[in-house]
Amino acid sequence: MTKLLSINNLHKVYYSKNNALEAIKDISFDINENEFITVVGPSGCGKSTLLNILTDMENLTSGTITYHIPNLKFGYMLQSDAMLDWLNVFKNATIGLDIKKIKTAENIAYTKNLLESYGLKDFLNKYPKELSGGMRQRLALIRTLALKPDILVLDEPFSKLDYQSRLKISDDIYKIIKKEKKTVLMVTHNIEEAICLSDKVIVLTKRPCTIKNIYEIKREKNTSPIKNHQDSNYSYYYNLIWKDLTDND
Amino acid sequence: MTKEHLSYLRKLKKEKFLVFTSQILIMIIFLFLWEFLSNHKIINPFIFSSPSKVLSTIKDLYLNYNLISHIMTTLKETFIAFILGITLSFIIAIILNEFKLLNKIIDPYLTMLNSLPKVALGPLIIIIAGANQNSIIFMALLINLIVGIINIYNGFNNIDPNLIILFKSLKASKLTTLLKLTIPASFKTIICSLKLNISMTLIGVIMGEFLVSTKGIGYLIIYGTQVFNLNIVMSGIVILIIISFILYKLVIFIEKKLLNN
Ligand SMILES: Nc1ncnc2c1ncn2[C@@H]1O[C@H](COP(=O)(O)OP(=O)(O)OP(=O)(O)O)[C@@H](O)[C@H]1O
Ligand SMILES: [Mg+2]
Repeated sequence: MTKLLSINNLHKVYYSKNNALEAIKDISFDINENEFITVVGPSGCGKSTLLNILTDMENLTSGTITYHIPNLKFGYMLQSDAMLDWLNVFKNATIGLDIKKIKTAENIAYTKNLLESYGLKDFLNKYPKELSGGMRQRLALIRTLALKPDILVLDEPFSKLDYQSRLKISDDIYKIIKKEKKTVLMVTHNIEEAICLSDKVIVLTKRPCTIKNIYEIKREKNTSPIKNHQDSNYSYYYNLIWKDLTDND
Repeated sequence: MTKEHLSYLRKLKKEKFLVFTSQILIMIIFLFLWEFLSNHKIINPFIFSSPSKVLSTIKDLYLNYNLISHIMTTLKETFIAFILGITLSFIIAIILNEFKLLNKIIDPYLTMLNSLPKVALGPLIIIIAGANQNSIIFMALLINLIVGIINIYNGFNNIDPNLIILFKSLKASKLTTLLKLTIPASFKTIICSLKLNISMTLIGVIMGEFLVSTKGIGYLIIYGTQVFNLNIVMSGIVILIIISFILYKLVIFIEKKLLNN
């Protein structure tokens, strides 16, 4: 397994005029190629902050992030599904390509293909306002995938989906990600999702967060997220993570 | 179409009709009262004139005083000041938005300038720009610029912060963010500020004409006062009301066209 990057003793404090808010106390872990990592933790513990620092949107206060491979391309799907209301679905999906000036025929075809396979085929000329919350989230994901990133960074990508579509789309995404050999770092509130999707689950403590535990998920056989529910180890991990999250120290 | 839908549409139509007829009625009553009170000397006819006198004065102005060219002069000045005003406010708002520090520095001066009654600058403007049309346009600009800048700048600042974060996450350059986010996202606000801008421009132009001109509706009004012919003053005001109404409607029409695309 090739190491893509290492995070060492990451520490983050937000300063404002009147106070200093410690968001991350001490976090260290590695991200390996083709790994699917999920991060779970209490609300407000610093998960989005971690992703923001990793994707260079926010400065770290101390600690290091070492990139073992140069020019890693991050694709960051933000927690909010911010859409450009004045552009149609297709143009929203390709806004990243547009900004990076890589709107090649190949990339456009790739994006169109994604839109079709995520049930947005009949909505290409519609506007974001006409979409449901779930559709917007799928569109935001496609917008991120369109850039063909090396590492997908997802902040609660399925939070606005109902249970059925959540299962379906996480299955789809899992397939795509495995097919395209992508590396994923995903934040979720859903323990079930974390266990069924990932190779590694990182559990954080409450703010200022440190790492509570890291679980390498071992399965009898790796098939699809939906089937992983039936895996014999499922409830074992579930109980451990549940205990970590409800533990109050 | 269902029965309920039809009856709903009928109700809408009825309401529209009611509003329109009431508006016409108010106008007729107003004109009638004005004429009646003036004819019976209940209000001073010398000062308040009357609709019939206004009408005949307008006819006289048209035949003997070249009314059309006065109207065209005012319209031309308004048009130039309006176009210049929105262009300049747009550019200045962009500069203030891109250079936040500069903005912070000059903010108190902008506030001072904004609270200053611009007419007070009139004499100074005449000295600087000369007693000609330039002064009039300058005066109109002074009045519409500040409003324009503030409106457009506020539009820029009301953009969904999540969209700004999105552009940041896509590592968009400043120029790209300006062109693909800031401007299109505040397009609606900018278009909607045109309404206010046209009224402000007209105010500025008339004020300018009061001060310097030898032509235009503002000039006609001042001329009427000087020769103590208040029929001319009243006619000037009536023409001005009509012009401003038409300009306002025109801007709203353009707004609708632009926003529908
Ligand atoms: N830009 C910022 N400036 C100041 N404080 C911030 C900023 N962003 C986040 N915080 C604070 O840092 C802490 C962690 O926030 P963060 O968004 O990382 O939490 P989270 O784990 O993603 O929460 P959630 O599960 O609700 O999304 C919170 O207390 C938040 O108020
Ligand atoms: Mg978050």
